[in-house]
Amino acid sequence: MPRSSLLELEDVEARYGQMRALHGVSLEVGEGELVAVLGPNGAGKTTTLRAVSGTVRRSGKIAFAGKSIARRSPEAVARLGIAHVPEGRGTLSELTVAENLRLGAYTRRDRAAVREDTGRVLAHFPWLGERSDQRAGTLSGGEQQMLALARALMLRPRLVLLDEPSLGLAPKVVAEIFRIVRELNERDGLTVLVVEQNANLALDSSSRAYVLEAGRVALEGTSAELRRNESVRRSYLGY
Amino acid sequence: MLFAFDWTQLAQQTVIGLSSGGTWALLALAIVLIYRSTGVINFAQGEMAMFSVFIAWSLVHHGLTYWAAFFLTIAISIAGAIAVERVVIRPVEQAPVLTVVIVTLGLLFVVDGAARWFWSPETRTLPNAFSTSPITIAGVAFSWQDLGNIAVSLGLVVLLWGLFRFTKLGLALRAAAVNPDESRLLGIRVSWMLALGWGLAAGLGAVSGMLTAPALASFDQNLMQPVLLYAFAGAVLGGIESPLGAVAGSLLLGVFVNLVGTYVGWIGTDLRLPVALAVILGVLLVRPAGLFGKVSARRV
Ligand SMILES: Nc1ncnc2c1ncn2[C@@H]1O[C@H](COP(=O)(O)OP(=O)(O)OP(=O)(O)O)[C@@H](O)[C@H]1O
Ligand SMILES: [Mg+2]
Repeated sequence: MPRSSLLELEDVEARYGQMRALHGVSLEVGEGELVAVLGPNGAGKTTTLRAVSGTVRRSGKIAFAGKSIARRSPEAVARLGIAHVPEGRGTLSELTVAENLRLGAYTRRDRAAVREDTGRVLAHFPWLGERSDQRAGTLSGGEQQMLALARALMLRPRLVLLDEPSLGLAPKVVAEIFRIVRELNERDGLTVLVVEQNANLALDSSSRAYVLEAGRVALEGTSAELRRNESVRRSYLGY
Repeated sequence: MLFAFDWTQLAQQTVIGLSSGGTWALLALAIVLIYRSTGVINFAQGEMAMFSVFIAWSLVHHGLTYWAAFFLTIAISIAGAIAVERVVIRPVEQAPVLTVVIVTLGLLFVVDGAARWFWSPETRTLPNAFSTSPITIAGVAFSWQDLGNIAVSLGLVVLLWGLFRFTKLGLALRAAAVNPDESRLLGIRVSWMLALGWGLAAGLGAVSGMLTAPALASFDQNLMQPVLLYAFAGAVLGGIESPLGAVAGSLLLGVFVNLVGTYVGWIGTDLRLPVALAVILGVLLVRPAGLFGKVSARRV
């Protein structure tokens, strides 16, 4: 079980119009943890992240740092320090790389610290500095994913929600992205909730994981436990 | 010389064209700002600008100087448009584009009706913003009014460009217009950005109107109708998606119709608008996205 819990979902439901996508999801992310969410297509992984960030109609208990955020707008949730990197990477396509990064810190007023963070982020992604004037919409998929991560860091977030960072990317790029995410988690203590279909990668990187199926949590445990679990191995790890 | 060409006249007429083109450019920019953020042409933009001119007229009538009224009117117009957006447009924010179009058409009639109800239908004048005496540059006489109009229009365009290019608020306005869902996740209050866009557009329209009115012998509630047509034509010519295109398109159009009106005898002043529209049709046949517009190459 997590240390002190930063994010707590209890019995969360979410719907698109009349269609219910989550049927009572409960999960928890502790301060400083890297937690993975696995599951087949349509299981509700994306919807779970959306429920947290407020981009889908939801009900149930959602607490962040002890405060309920179940009724807050996406803008308000972001202002609490939750950076949601959505499916599709959330690129501000018409803006340049530098402008994307600047808007990552949109809600912050501490200018000096923002400058400092820009330097630290560019240290993780040095190529972003050379491309600072390029329009973000013209970057490759992998570059956009890294930009999305870099922009999320500009919020100086307390929690990062990462939705399928590997989607459509070459294995080498995916490995690099996960290396950076792990490094941020281990070295800087960044708390991450990552959705990932690549179960091998997800279980390798995370300390705990949840398996969603049809809008419910089917399994949960430490990543090591889940690796040994018979049905996880058969359905997701392929051996 | 047999074919002595009157360069003085060409220079004078070009400046006059830039002067009216500049006032059209401001209204064109207003239209493009709203179009980019909502995909809707605000048909009430011209009438809102007309309303602003009447506010300015009332302020001057109560003893303010032109420039005091000018700045106060801009402030009132921005605040008023934000309020209008919150009350009239916000409820239909998620509605189909056609619904919003119809709402702006309704707004056109409401604003027009209100202006006719508040202010009697007599004709009015606004004092000149600039000296009426001519100024001679390199032996050619220009009017201060035209040079002033050009300076104010271009100054405002540069100011706005700086806002959108360099300030965090401007970046947020641009991001919210093109990627609203993504912007929300960054904490940008997208809905308020739309309202602010309405405010800025109304401010631009107000300036356009307040530069247009003094140049007329007198004006009434119809004063912005031709300006709106030219502005719309300029925006389409430059590319309705492109703010700088709208400015360039309006300036080009201003110079073009003025020169054609001057040098092609049978066109004169009456046929300017049809000629302008014909040229635009021709341009759009060759370049559907306008002179400066990119054929939509957005990645989704
Ligand atoms: N915008 C939407 N409108 C209607 N239904 C939706 C929408 N987004 C998702 N759904 C439905 O909600 C359910 C959960 O979708 P969700 O996107 O959360 O799944 P997922 O686990 O992220 O899947 P994937 O691995 O394919 O991304 C699915 O049945 C999906 O069809
Ligand atoms: Mg998904």
